[in-house]
Amino acid sequence: MKTTDLIEETYWALTANKARTFLTMLGIVIGIASVIAMIAIGQGTQAQIQASIQSAGANLLFVVPGTQRGVGIQVSGGRGSAQTLTEADANAIASQVPLVQAVAPSLNLRFQVTAPGTNTNVQVVGTTPDYAGVRNVQMAEGSFISSANLRSFERVAVIGPTVESDLFATGTDPVGKSIKINEVPFRIIGITVSQGGSGFNSADDMIYVPLTTAQQYLAGDTYISQISVEAADSQSMDAVQQGITNLLLERHKISNPALADFSVYNQAQIVATASTVTSTFTMLLASIAGISLLVGGISIMNMMLTTVTERTREIGLRKAIGAQRKDIIYQFLMESVAITFSGGLVGIVLGWALASLLSLLAGITTQISVFSIVLAFGVSAVIGILFGYYPARRASQLNPIEALRYE
Amino acid sequence: MIEVRNITKTYSNGDISTQALEGVSFVIKDGEYVAIMGPSGSGKSTLMHILGCLDTPTSGQYLLDGKNVSSFSEVELADIRKEKIGFVFQAFNLLPRATVVRNVALPLMYAGVPKEERMERARGAILAAGLDEAHLYYRSNQLSGGQMQRVAIARALVNNPTIVLADEPTGNLDTQTGEIVLGTFKKLNDEGRTIVLITHEPDVAIHAKRIIHIKDGKILSDTPAKDYENH
Repeated sequence: MKTTDLIEETYWALTANKARTFLTMLGIVIGIASVIAMIAIGQGTQAQIQASIQSAGANLLFVVPGTQRGVGIQVSGGRGSAQTLTEADANAIASQVPLVQAVAPSLNLRFQVTAPGTNTNVQVVGTTPDYAGVRNVQMAEGSFISSANLRSFERVAVIGPTVESDLFATGTDPVGKSIKINEVPFRIIGITVSQGGSGFNSADDMIYVPLTTAQQYLAGDTYISQISVEAADSQSMDAVQQGITNLLLERHKISNPALADFSVYNQAQIVATASTVTSTFTMLLASIAGISLLVGGISIMNMMLTTVTERTREIGLRKAIGAQRKDIIYQFLMESVAITFSGGLVGIVLGWALASLLSLLAGITTQISVFSIVLAFGVSAVIGILFGYYPARRASQLNPIEALRYE
Repeated sequence: MIEVRNITKTYSNGDISTQALEGVSFVIKDGEYVAIMGPSGSGKSTLMHILGCLDTPTSGQYLLDGKNVSSFSEVELADIRKEKIGFVFQAFNLLPRATVVRNVALPLMYAGVPKEERMERARGAILAAGLDEAHLYYRSNQLSGGQMQRVAIARALVNNPTIVLADEPTGNLDTQTGEIVLGTFKKLNDEGRTIVLITHEPDVAIHAKRIIHIKDGKILSDTPAKDYENH
């Protein structure tokens, strides 16, 4: 029996009962489509999270205060609660740690911010001009905080696009306008470009003010809550991390590194952690979708078993006129593989459409990867063979005499 | 040529064993038209299965064109069926939604004949079986019983078999249609085909030229059909 004959026989057999073929195929279509869509959502989320972490700047390290400790006793406050970092620490890092490109200390506070008639609650970042370079903040309008602003404790603010839309009507230019941060009036000097990302720590939902101003008018203290450090290149990240740790341990007079009152994170670690979380999330979504694929496979087996029973006499006839066992196996296997294969194709298209629709309507970032398509295709072919083999073997083992007599 | 030498067939079902054939011997030469006749349970179906290479005898020899097929494996038997046997069944056994020409060409597909040749030979067999050109692309379930059986006959002829084995070919047909089908066999035999008709009806059997009457697994008589009427 030639392959072209096999394909032709398969075509005839599957078109003989179109409704049943369609419904069986539907199971695979839904299974494959959901696997594709779910992986697309998972990988899209992963890519989005990574992009938003990367958008904060390249080769970045963060120094944050550690646990606050009492003298002699191990009473701990929350991480970052200690007020142990100072601007002097930041300057020391900039001048003493090798391979450091730039350093930007910042004081992060959360305040109610008001413009005439509106108000919002945002993160206010008191920082230095270097922050723009280190954290990749770009200006849509106006300018970032200058050294002059910093020196003269000026009450000026740079706002993110989300803050702009929260406080000002569209069409109005906020630059030059005045807002009140914690009742203190500030003049807006610039608006940043959107960096994307959403939620708690979005760079779009922030207000930047000079560090000196923040310390004097908003915090009333001289500590800082974060030091952002840019390493010279990605290879020097580990060296810089170690250099900062050693320097700060020395400056804070701590001999046991386990008792450090600060923590140094590097961006690669944060990306890696986020990737682990999103991979697990993707796997979870894919496995749920995989269950529907399994159900689809079982429905194929069910249909094929029914078909074999229904076509017992046909099988008997085919054997009587000279079909070998393998001819019968191939014929029935081909039918189930054809169903899963075409179902897989339709499923990929549908899954892709679903993912596109989701990102279009629900704003979920999706990413269709070649991997997920290959996976879906492979899985559907394997399902066809796996769930088609048993019915096909059963058909091939029918005794032609009994099969021909079958009522 | 078919040569059957002292064939026996025993079916064992657990402790009970049934002897369906108890030493059957005969020779059917090329071009003969033989009816194997007997009541149900006589062993004629078993004999047909062995002659059709669907089954093998328990003992004895079956020579088909000089080849001893009685000890062939399942794979070898399928090959022999493909080359040397044409079946016509009581229930036609056509693929219902397939066209006449596809039904008839089916054995050639398993024989690996190229498609164009298959269609050409199927066409020839359909015309030989007494159907006309117009029927080629009918679906087999649009045909009458008599037409269906003639499609089945065409299918049996298409691989140029050594023998055409017809198992109760008129069993599902009314008398008049049955006569037409039997007429087709007569015509084919006149053209030189070897035909073996298995039936339980003497009225059908007398259409053949020779009648082998079997009962209880043994040959009761083996006579020319014209003599049979004297019994």
